[in-house]
Amino acid sequence: MDVVLIDAGGANIGSVRYAFERLGVAARFSADAEEIASAGRVVLPGVGAAANGMSRLRELGLVECVRDLKQPLLGVCLGMQLLYEGSEEGDVECLGLLQGRVRRLQGGPALRVPHMGWNTLQAVRPDALLEGVRADAQAYFVHSYAAPVTDDALATCTHGETFAAVVRRGNRMGAQFHPERSAAVGARLLENFLDMPA
Amino acid sequence: MLSRRIIPCLDVRDGRVVKGVRFRDHVDMGDIVELALRYRDEGADELVFYDITASPESRSVDRAWVERVARLIDIPFCVAGGIRSVDDARAVLHAGADKISINTPALDRPALIDELAAAFGVQCVVVGIDSLRDADGEWRVRQYTGDPTRMRALARGTLEWIAEAQARGAGEIVLNCMGSDGVRTGFDIEQLSAARAVCGVPLVASGGAGEAAHFVDVFAKADVDGALAASVFHSGDVRIPSLKKQLRQANIEVRHV
Repeated sequence: MDVVLIDAGGANIGSVRYAFERLGVAARFSADAEEIASAGRVVLPGVGAAANGMSRLRELGLVECVRDLKQPLLGVCLGMQLLYEGSEEGDVECLGLLQGRVRRLQGGPALRVPHMGWNTLQAVRPDALLEGVRADAQAYFVHSYAAPVTDDALATCTHGETFAAVVRRGNRMGAQFHPERSAAVGARLLENFLDMPA
Repeated sequence: MLSRRIIPCLDVRDGRVVKGVRFRDHVDMGDIVELALRYRDEGADELVFYDITASPESRSVDRAWVERVARLIDIPFCVAGGIRSVDDARAVLHAGADKISINTPALDRPALIDELAAAFGVQCVVVGIDSLRDADGEWRVRQYTGDPTRMRALARGTLEWIAEAQARGAGEIVLNCMGSDGVRTGFDIEQLSAARAVCGVPLVASGGAGEAAHFVDVFAKADVDGALAASVFHSGDVRIPSLKKQLRQANIEVRHV
């Protein structure tokens, strides 16, 4: 499988590449619109702030490219948040591939932000992306902002408030947690992503 | 529900895992990747690799083993030791670390915390604090703790430093209570509870674990998000699967493996 990881300057995108490597797939980095557009699978990783992530995509001239992708696309963590209309983080307009705006987690007493650690997924509806993943599986999250629960949510997670943990609209998919660091649960999600019919 | 994290800490010296008592007399504990995989298999939720020679020797962490670990393990890990600049941090994160932890360099130049948070987001930035209670009863920060000949006591109060680090963009605090470190008589519940009261980001307890009951105590009494330990895991005195079982019995939420 021909997997391209969009190199939009995220600091630890290397770990996503290694996760595919563990599945026997040599994913490659690219910031080239043509190469990304012709890939079999595209992953938008990202750790950092939404405004930086978007301005980097704009500088690289990749906004239209990502918006126009027809093949399976997976956004991971910030990469998933960028699929939405906008983010409260830096009050930035994002890719608009999924409806809704990303907002800051409210936190509160005994609810630390960033939401950091292993939390339970709550399955919303069955989907090929989550095949073989237990309904109450645990995954590793690290984030301060989160996407709302809409019709696109396949699984949610709760940290005070409930937010979208795994999403899908057609070939646009996202995981708020880090599949590359979520042991067997994460590996299964990435495998399912690779197995998806184009 | 968010699980409490069990975090084995691997002190790294010259590419090997070592452990000393009260930061002295280091003993070889084995190969980094071998131990990392063992802990992953046993159900560790996260790993911390602390290059104990990096800071005192004024050099940055050697990247080769970071990449080796990142390729093989599928749980998060944090790298500490000798990260002095945004470039140092970027190199370690690019090698595959999920978080970087800074201690001495943040004390030398607190603005480093702001710079790292701006560059990578607060979720990548862990501030490690070595703290000891002074004769006057105040907890104060220690620096260069990796090398007994260079270790320094600072005038900076521990709680005040936790508040400042957080305000500057620390996404997590690891509080190492040196008075209890390596002596296995339990975590410093009093100090960690005081830290908890001023810490709105995740707080990880370090220093003092000797048996499973100590972990139950620190989660139940100090409300920390994670507990870090080294020697009790390396020696096998505390096994993670049975530790998690005990935590679950005490109604403390932990990840099942």
